Amino acid sequence: MMYFSRLKTWLILGACLIGAVLCLPNLAPAPVPWLPWRTVHLGLDLRGGSYLLLEVDMKAVIKERLDGLVDAVRQALRPGSIFYAALDAQPDQNRVLLKLRNAAQTDTAVAALRPLIAKEGPTNAPDMSITSTPDGQILLTLEPVALKARAEGAVQQSIEIVRRRIDETGVVDPQITQQGDNRIVVQLPGIGDPERIKQLLGETAHMTFQLVDESANANTPGGVPPPGDAFLSMQNDPHEKIAVRKRVDVDGGDLTDARAGTNPQTGEWVVNFTFNSVGARRFADVTRANVNHRFAIVLDDKVISAPVIREPITGGRGQISGSFTASSATDLAVLLRAGALPAPLTVVEQRSVGPELGADSIRAGAISLAVGFVLVIAFMGMFYGLFGWFANLALVVNLVLMLAIMSVLQATLTLPGMAGILLTLGMAVDANILINERIREESRNGRPPLSALEAGFTRAYSTIFDSNATAFLAHVMLFVFGSGPVRGFAVTITVGIATSLFTAWMLTRLLVSKWYASRRPQLLPV
Amino acid sequence: MFMRPKIRLVRDGTRIQFMRGRFMGLIVSAILSTASVVLFFYPGLNLGIDFAGGVVMEVRTPGPADFGAIRAALTAEHVSTQGVQRFGDASEVLIRLGAQPGEKETQAEVTKVKVALDQAVPGSKLLRTDAVGASVSAELFRNGLLALGISLLMILVYIWFRFEWQFAVGAVVTLILDVTKAIGFLALTRIQFDLVMVAAILTVLGYSTNDKVVVYDRVRENLRKYKTMPLRELIDQSINETLNRTLGTSMTVFLASLPLALFGGESISGFAWVMLFGIVVGTSSSIFIAAPILLFLGENRLRRDAAAVAAPKARAETPKAAGPS
Repeated sequence: MMYFSRLKTWLILGACLIGAVLCLPNLAPAPVPWLPWRTVHLGLDLRGGSYLLLEVDMKAVIKERLDGLVDAVRQALRPGSIFYAALDAQPDQNRVLLKLRNAAQTDTAVAALRPLIAKEGPTNAPDMSITSTPDGQILLTLEPVALKARAEGAVQQSIEIVRRRIDETGVVDPQITQQGDNRIVVQLPGIGDPERIKQLLGETAHMTFQLVDESANANTPGGVPPPGDAFLSMQNDPHEKIAVRKRVDVDGGDLTDARAGTNPQTGEWVVNFTFNSVGARRFADVTRANVNHRFAIVLDDKVISAPVIREPITGGRGQISGSFTASSATDLAVLLRAGALPAPLTVVEQRSVGPELGADSIRAGAISLAVGFVLVIAFMGMFYGLFGWFANLALVVNLVLMLAIMSVLQATLTLPGMAGILLTLGMAVDANILINERIREESRNGRPPLSALEAGFTRAYSTIFDSNATAFLAHVMLFVFGSGPVRGFAVTITVGIATSLFTAWMLTRLLVSKWYASRRPQLLPV
Repeated sequence: MFMRPKIRLVRDGTRIQFMRGRFMGLIVSAILSTASVVLFFYPGLNLGIDFAGGVVMEVRTPGPADFGAIRAALTAEHVSTQGVQRFGDASEVLIRLGAQPGEKETQAEVTKVKVALDQAVPGSKLLRTDAVGASVSAELFRNGLLALGISLLMILVYIWFRFEWQFAVGAVVTLILDVTKAIGFLALTRIQFDLVMVAAILTVLGYSTNDKVVVYDRVRENLRKYKTMPLRELIDQSINETLNRTLGTSMTVFLASLPLALFGGESISGFAWVMLFGIVVGTSSSIFIAAPILLFLGENRLRRDAAAVAAPKARAETPKAAGPS
């Protein structure tokens, strides 16, 4: 137990040395770019910044899919003159219900609808099932697997769009990750007040170009829109409504660019946009066929403006005007460039810390850490003498090793994490207390020094292991179930328990054994 | 000067008859824990926004804060607050809003508060904004309880594997009593109960288990060593022998937590106070609760068990039966 081979000695000292080297990246920037320069990250609570938890509205994703399906059904049934009494999306049951006027046409209708089934995913499973009853009722039910794939796709796409929108704002080093099935974590270092970003993320920004139905009056109270129309309100005046054809002529997804600018004649703020080839062709076709009619530019079910088409627009370029300010025109341009979200996002959790408060927290944490460290070291020195100082040396190495492992893991240091480091230091010396007490006891029972040391380290081992194992388990649970800064706490404690086992059990034993070998004392200073 | 220890916490050869106070210890503990349970229901825990949902905003105003103006502006924006109070020095204001029914409403409130602040105190700075919606807070609460529950279960299983069942039951009953007292402490001091507090309670749990393991390990060792000594005497001797360890290990963690409570700042000092309380409770419960429970449960069985089982067990488990310290 008290004998260390030369190899073992060098291995232990080598581990300490490697630990010290791995801490270096935290002190200075990388001298050459190819070095793996891994550091501990400061949590947002310490450096200042915002944490936003966004939820993707899955109901909207399903509803949109079903609405699309309703449209497709309508198109599919038109050529065969199959008439129906009802055609409804039922989002709660993930299905579309179709009721035919003539039950005898059921088989024909099902045959006409069959091409709508698409193959989804790697397994090529059909994405929906079509069932019918003899009385002419047909159900198109989306398969759970297909729904899941669609939801997954929606979240992935949302993450991409969120990333693009945030990049447009110039935030440095944002982190955007998926959490669970339908949530997105957005971390914005340095942004203590994320109001503008929340605004940008709060809009789906789905822009469409639809024709205005000039024959319908949308502003009669209690009026019902004619089939194929929708009454949408104007963006700058929610009370004024306008009748718009449901058919989308050109989709905002076909935009390649959008920039805010001013109209040279009027001086008012506008957004200039450019279509890709598909969009440009469609835009040209529609405007050519509808000269002197009104064309609505719709954003998230609100009409920005509905100008009259003066002449066909064939260049694939256009301009949106509609009482913009400089900032609202810029924001719209950002949203259009970044693309539409597949579903609305809601902020379900926000944690923002300004840089001032972060600096305060770092100071408070550092002071506590320093004072606590000194107190623990003084205690060990006073109560355990030389062996206490061995423990203190091991404690310093423990701190270095903790920092090294956290650097390699690129773990995040939070304020609770700093508290965790301090607590770990307090608990790390506990192992030394157990060892020293045991050595003392064995020595008083009349064992000669070397034998007392042997017995002390050997017999203390199981107690040290048992007590650390339970603490380790408890904090692993905290990491699994915790979130945010508390996870940082769990990480520092679990790492600290592991390193303290090494320093208390290996390093102090090595120190004591070398000390004994050089001095050969008749009496142990315990 | 670095050689010999300067001080000892407890003199060698101390023989305190702790088990004499076993009924006293259990009664006091039962009273405290019952009171804690009562406090848990009335007035209840002061749930932080992690678990209750809502909004907390910390603002720094250019000069000393004008609370009247801020309150008036908030009322004008139809924001109903749960409190507008001083936080730290005179220029810092803490605004607390209750939980809103929906996620969108919660975010809308944040915007309204900002508008009100810009009107009432131009130039004020937002130091911190925490907004937690109802669904998230419910999840966080559930996960916090899960972490606590599963940890307790794992500790039970672990101790059960390593010791006889009487030890495991004694440890877990004691831990539950410790946790209830920590909850009572939280209810009494009105310290906000949030995720960080769950971390504190878990740390106290893990730490308090350490203490029990130290005492129990020694009891187990002595059971093998003194085959005929009455259990009561044996437990007393075990506690006395490990007293320096129990107190010493508690002292170090206490010393580490103390600066956090004093200088750690508002958000971490609550955590540290719970730690300090938990250390005191955990240390005393190792002696006055965990040991007496072991005495009651093991009075007849453990003695006979140990005599019959200890010898073969010790051989079978050589690596881990190395013994306590």
